[in-house]
Amino acid sequence: MKLWRIALAFACAGPLASAAPVPGSIADSAIQDAGYPRTLSEFGFFTGQGVTAPSDQLIGYSLRTPLFSDYAEKQRFIYVPAAARISADANGTLDFPVGSALIKTFGYGQGVAFRPIETRVLLRRASGWEALPYVWKPDMSDAELKLAGTRLPVMVPRASGRAQPISYAVPNKNQCKECHARSGAVVPIGPVAANMALTAKAAASLRSRTDWKGPLSLGSAPVWNDAGTGSLDARARAYLAINCAHCHNPQGSASNSGLFLNAGAAGDPVATGLYKRPVAAGRGSGGHDFAIAPGDPDRSIMVHRMSSTEPGIAMPEVGRSLVHDEGVALIREWISSLPAK
Amino acid sequence: MKRKFAAAIALMACVASAPLVAKEIPVAAGSGAQERLQEALIVAQPGDVVKLGEGRFALTDGLSLDVAGVTVKGAGPDKSVLSFAGQLAAGEGLLVTSDNVVLRDFAVEDSKGDAIKSKGADNIVYHNIRVEWTGGPRETNGAYGIYPVESENVLVDSVLVIGASDAGIYVGQSRNIVVRNSIARFNVAGIEIENCFNADVHDNVATKNTGGILVFDLPNLPQQGGHNVRVFDNIVAENDTPNFAPKGNIVASVPSGTGIMVMANRDIEIFDNVFDGNGSSNIMVIGYRQKYDDAKYQPSVRNVRISDNAHGKTGFAPQFAGGEMLAAAFGGSVPPIIWDGVGGAEASIVSSDEVPVLNLGLTRSDQPIETAQPALAKLTGDAAPRLPKIVMPAAMEAAIK
Repeated sequence: MKLWRIALAFACAGPLASAAPVPGSIADSAIQDAGYPRTLSEFGFFTGQGVTAPSDQLIGYSLRTPLFSDYAEKQRFIYVPAAARISADANGTLDFPVGSALIKTFGYGQGVAFRPIETRVLLRRASGWEALPYVWKPDMSDAELKLAGTRLPVMVPRASGRAQPISYAVPNKNQCKECHARSGAVVPIGPVAANMALTAKAAASLRSRTDWKGPLSLGSAPVWNDAGTGSLDARARAYLAINCAHCHNPQGSASNSGLFLNAGAAGDPVATGLYKRPVAAGRGSGGHDFAIAPGDPDRSIMVHRMSSTEPGIAMPEVGRSLVHDEGVALIREWISSLPAK
Repeated sequence: MKRKFAAAIALMACVASAPLVAKEIPVAAGSGAQERLQEALIVAQPGDVVKLGEGRFALTDGLSLDVAGVTVKGAGPDKSVLSFAGQLAAGEGLLVTSDNVVLRDFAVEDSKGDAIKSKGADNIVYHNIRVEWTGGPRETNGAYGIYPVESENVLVDSVLVIGASDAGIYVGQSRNIVVRNSIARFNVAGIEIENCFNADVHDNVATKNTGGILVFDLPNLPQQGGHNVRVFDNIVAENDTPNFAPKGNIVASVPSGTGIMVMANRDIEIFDNVFDGNGSSNIMVIGYRQKYDDAKYQPSVRNVRISDNAHGKTGFAPQFAGGEMLAAAFGGSVPPIIWDGVGGAEASIVSSDEVPVLNLGLTRSDQPIETAQPALAKLTGDAAPRLPKIVMPAAMEAAIK
């Protein structure tokens, strides 16, 4: 009976629920000191096999609208050293103190079936953020640093019920930065209060450790695939903000494109893609004239590039080898709804 | 004296902060090249040389360098070859995002997107590099060969680029640029300077491209208002490859047979070049012709000085709308210099070349070509070049001595 209840809890809460927190001390020196720890266990974020036993000093969270990464499940944690405070600006973007870490594990399978492939850590050092990728050993005893990234054969479970084989790309340290760069420095992307989803306990923990400059906006952003959480326009823009704007913003890796999909750029319609001509798209243009041709998804470069898996055409450029069919459907529906000039 | 002393202190501070011993990190071709080479590019320290061995490096993903002051040096552009024929992801072959980097003596082949991109990478040197799409000019080739963007101090010297589906050598949204001693062939655009300030393009050969050398400015970009570009001592010949750029891109509108095209820039000098065999025209000076929404953008060309160029056979096979009619009207071939006429005398487009000039007689850059009022024109005025020479920081020149 008890077992049944636990199983149900797992099924409801997804991969996070498989994490049963255990006391454990986290190695602050591994986070803060220069150098690259060779194994994930040196940080002390997890004990035992794999990621089933995270330290009780970690705060778990998920995102209401996440980045698509080949249908991988992601388990996310925040670590902040004891007594240190997070500060949230007026927009709810969290600023973490030195010694903090963001820990994100990618894998496949729900709940107890979650099998990690890699864990990416963002370490807040005195010199700035450091991004490092760790790949799990087949026996799940530890994960090893892969500075140069790697490729692994992975079977991806699809909605159709069939598993699809892919060459899963673990990013190298520089590719971590390509997405996490703002004016040349590494910054976190996900932890913006409005887009965070937390259990009641985790939310209480995060709230109590954060100094809020603006309104408490935890969990108020649209969920891209839940029509109850926002209009089509709001959900499409939330999807683009999370999946594209980390590069497509005036300080990001795609600053030279002039295509800006961050919320702050919404005031300039051309910058957001409406009737915007390509600059350096090459064959990524697909023969189309505009990033977004309002009312006409079939003639929009954005849809063409989201629908491709070919390097040189595919957007985002790294992080996926599959098309996010449901994401493309959302953007198609949105572009169809936009009035043509 | 005081100043000298300060300089000595500054020099000492520099020396003190530099690594004591610059290392050479050798990377051999062969199995595991992707991870071995990428790891070397990550662990390199400022001052180090990542040395590519002889042979082919078969790569599966884009490479990137984000450490300042690193040199990547191969055994020669035909000896150390980074092959991206089996590339599975990334928008370019090699991406550089750090300052003071020197890339030299290797080749990049068959990247799926751009070949070598450097973004926000100041003081970048490209020297003795070959970029090639080995299947010849195809729409499925990557867009740019050598692609520095958003950078200050860009030196491209002695490179060879073949087959780019947009521009072989493309410098975008940058300042202080020299492109010299290089060869671009079988690209859509041989060399393109776009939305840039202060560039010298000289002693290059642009041949068998769709268009030889382009100086463009586009709207809706973070840096626009291109100006101060000198194009001189180049050979621009037989640019007759049909345009194979994917539609939607600005270069898809460049007619095959174009020598040099200046679009929506100001203060441009074109002198001492040799033109021959460009079937559309040798020099075209035109405004931006597409619809746009950007109050800050200036679509027409101003202040162009053209002098002392040698004009061979040209205009015999114009590949633009109305070209045949123009050729028929002007004695069988289109004149070697074409200006759209926008701005009239105030635009200050002057030429002392002793060849006919065609003024299309447009009053707006985006005016339909059918409404042009073409006529032969004299572009009188002082055409002598007077823009200053572009000078690179001494360390950049020293790096390739």
